[in-house]
Formats: sequence, C-alpha cells, structure tokens
Amino acid sequence: MTPVLELKGVAHAYPDGHQALFGVDLHVHRGERVALLGPNGAGKTTLVLHLNGILTAGAGTVTVSGLPVAPENLLEIRRRVGIVFQDPDDQLFMPTVRQDVAFGPANMGVRGAELDAVVDSALARVGMSAFADRPPHHLSFGQKRRVAVATVLAMEPEILVLDEPSSNLDPASRRELADILRSLDVTLLMVTHDLPYALELCERSVLLSDGVVVGDGPTVSILGDDDLMRAHRLELPAGFDPHRV
Amino acid sequence: MGGAHGHSLHFHGHSVVHRLPAHLKLVALVVYVIAVVATPAGQWWAFGLHAVVLVGVMAATRIPAGYIGRRMLIEVPFVVFALIMPFVAQGPRVQVGPFSLSEAGLLAAATLLLKGTLGVGASVVFAATTEAADIVTGLRRVGLPRQLVEIIAFMVRYLDVVTGQLIRMKVARASRGFSARSVRQWPVLGSTAGALFIRSYERGERVHLAMLSRGYSGAMPDLAPVSTSTGPWVAALVAPAVSVVIAVTALVLR
Repeated sequence: MTPVLELKGVAHAYPDGHQALFGVDLHVHRGERVALLGPNGAGKTTLVLHLNGILTAGAGTVTVSGLPVAPENLLEIRRRVGIVFQDPDDQLFMPTVRQDVAFGPANMGVRGAELDAVVDSALARVGMSAFADRPPHHLSFGQKRRVAVATVLAMEPEILVLDEPSSNLDPASRRELADILRSLDVTLLMVTHDLPYALELCERSVLLSDGVVVGDGPTVSILGDDDLMRAHRLELPAGFDPHRV
Repeated sequence: MGGAHGHSLHFHGHSVVHRLPAHLKLVALVVYVIAVVATPAGQWWAFGLHAVVLVGVMAATRIPAGYIGRRMLIEVPFVVFALIMPFVAQGPRVQVGPFSLSEAGLLAAATLLLKGTLGVGASVVFAATTEAADIVTGLRRVGLPRQLVEIIAFMVRYLDVVTGQLIRMKVARASRGFSARSVRQWPVLGSTAGALFIRSYERGERVHLAMLSRGYSGAMPDLAPVSTSTGPWVAALVAPAVSVVIAVTALVLR
C-alpha cells in the first residue's frame, strides 16, 4: 500500500548555511496517528514545512500518497497535507470564522452551496458551528485553535499535521482538543514536546534529533527508553510513568 | 475593545439600518455627505432639512442618542477651529457683545460646523450599524482596488494582535522599573517600536506561510454573501435621495 507520507533522505540547509535536516526517512500509513518528538532546534518545524512544499529539500524526496512534492503539484499537495500552525493568530487571518474556514476550499475552486456545506461540516467537527460569524480575534485561545483545525479539515486533507497543538492551552481546552482529534477519521502527524499528550493520542512516535530520526516505534516504548530520552534532551513530567497510563 | 460583537464603534442591534448590506450603506453615506457639502452656505433651511433626514435615520437605528452623542466628540477639534474663525478672518466686522467678529468668518464657521456635524453624525451612524468585517466587504463591493481592501482587512484583523503585543512589551518594560520621564529614555521607546516592527514583520511572514499552505495563489477569494434584490437599494437610498433633492433646491434658489 502506498504510504500517505513518504520521506526519503530529506536534507535541508537554510540559505545562511545552517543545516537543519541531514537525511530524514519517514513513512506514515493511512489511519496512523504519529507523534513527531524532539528537543528545540531538532528540525521539527523545518521538516513540517517540507511536507507541503513551503521549503524544498536540498536532497531527497517527499511524496504524498504517491504524488511527489514538486512545483507543478503544489496546489494538490497543499490540499492533501493540512498543516495547523502553532499560533492560531497566524492561521486565522480572514474577517470572520466562516470566511477563514472557506479560504482553503475556495482556493481549490469550491463555490456556492457546496462551499457552505464544506464549511458547516468542518466547523461542526470541531464543535464551533455557533461561532461561524464571529471575528476570530474575539475567540478564546482554545476556540481559535479549534477553528484553525477546522480551516484545514475543510480542505479534506489526507494527512493532518499539527505543530504543537497543546501549547498555551489550559487543561480543559487541551482535553477538549484531544477529544476532537481522536474523533477525526484522518491520518495525523503531531509535532510536540508534550509527551503525555503524544502518549494519549498517538500509538507511534518518531524521535527527531539534530536533523536525523533517532527513534521510531510505539510511543510507550520510545517514552519508556530512559537512555534514548536522556540522550536527546527529552523529559517526562516528574512522576509520570508511561507504562501506567 | 468592544464587546463580543464587532469593533469599538459598533452598536449591536437588529434595526432596518443594521440589516442593510454594507456596500449600500457606504454608497448612501457618500451620497449624503456630498449632498450636504454641495449645499450652499447661508441656506439655513436646507441644513435644517438635512439634519431632519439624519435624525430620522438615527431614530430608525434605535441606538440611544447618548451613545451617538459620545461618539460624535471626535468632532471637537473642528469645533475649536470653527470657533476661532470669526476672530481671525478678514473683511467687514460686526460687534457681538465685547467682541468684534468678521462677518465672513461667522458665516464660514457656521457652515463648517453644520456640514461637519452632519457628516460626522452620518459616519457615526454608519460605523455604529456596520460590523468591521462587513465594512471591508462593502469596500470591496463598491469597487475599491483589491489590494487596498486586503490591506484594510488585514489591518482590522491584526490591530488587536499588535496592540496586545505592544501592551505586553510596555508591561514587561515597566516591570523592570522603566518609565519614560525624559528625552534620555527615548532610545528605549525607539527600540520598543523597532522590536514591534520586527515582530509584526515576522508575523506577516508566518501568516503568508499559513496562506500558502491553504492554497493561496495571489488572489483572495470573495467569500461574503451577495444580495441581488432591489429592495435594500431602495431602502438605503431613500434618505440620501431626499438630501440630494434638498441640495439641488438650495442651489437653484440661491
């Protein structure tokens, strides 16, 4: 079966010469929920920006359901790979929630009643239907993040990529978002250093450190491997035992 | 910051004026202001009738008069300017109590006050009955260039975000004992402004990335609903049409 996401030897250096990725190999299959873990500066965000062609690999290839990330496929790639960025104020830029959710599908050429249906369904899936006509800057942070997820769901992506989904959320909003993410029938790649969140939502974790994949396996065994964790500056909250969740 | 609805000038309501599409209200506002400005000085009855039209529209919005009155305080600098005019203008003078005032100045001041007040009043009614998002849509509908509309839309969206950032920077500065008491502290204010600019610039880049990620290819889709019936046109243009008739009559009778 063709993986939803396939990275082969992806390397990237920024124009200033700083090299962030040194040959990353990664497969994500349909229906999987994968956590991408790693300390600050590991190259996680750089990797995410390769998935929809915002950055192009200096070496190696990225393929989404068999379609290579290349300039001629960019629009289709961006429909297939939905990225939810860390700061919802970056993601929500239209005057109202409804217009923001409609922005992606409208760029794909969806119009009229079909567009309305797509928007309504995306907002319903994150429980934000009642806020459709509000301006985004009047929502709470947790609500903004849910709308940000809806803006991407409206494009019916094959894989949903979330950059630090739990950051800055209070415990209740964090749990509500987890419930929503669990309810979605979509392949998920979640970039995070919230390790309990990764354990709660993702059966599999990939550990990225200094631009290479240093661990890939069931989340519980990655988090339970003390030596691996210590070597790559990852720490569980004090007293947290991944085997007892 | 306003409440849960719209911008700080907006007054939430469901009157006929609130429900009219923004682009029609914008056209009505511009026509009304042109009619008022075109009315010749000295035709006091015409200005009286313009005021009746405006008060009629204000009554239809069901917004409390006190609210509109407070919003109209923005006119104060013009009022001050108008009050100075009779003292400084040239020409024949009349004696009013202890003051010797210019006749031309009095006429100009009265005209400025009347036209200014009517214009500000109409603008306040427009702002109070139209959500910020709808104003942006309205500007697009009346044919303002696309780029300008988009700049205004982003400004409306990010004003609060950038203001919030500035307030946090001020609090952080003050928390380390800073207060701008003399010119020597200006460099600190300068670097605050610089940091704010850099942060906003970086945010702009991130927003652009987010737009590209959702398939943006250079043009914003027009997503606001369109009304095609003529009913709203008639409703929106009643008041400005009356004012145009008043202005034309005043011009003919002059």
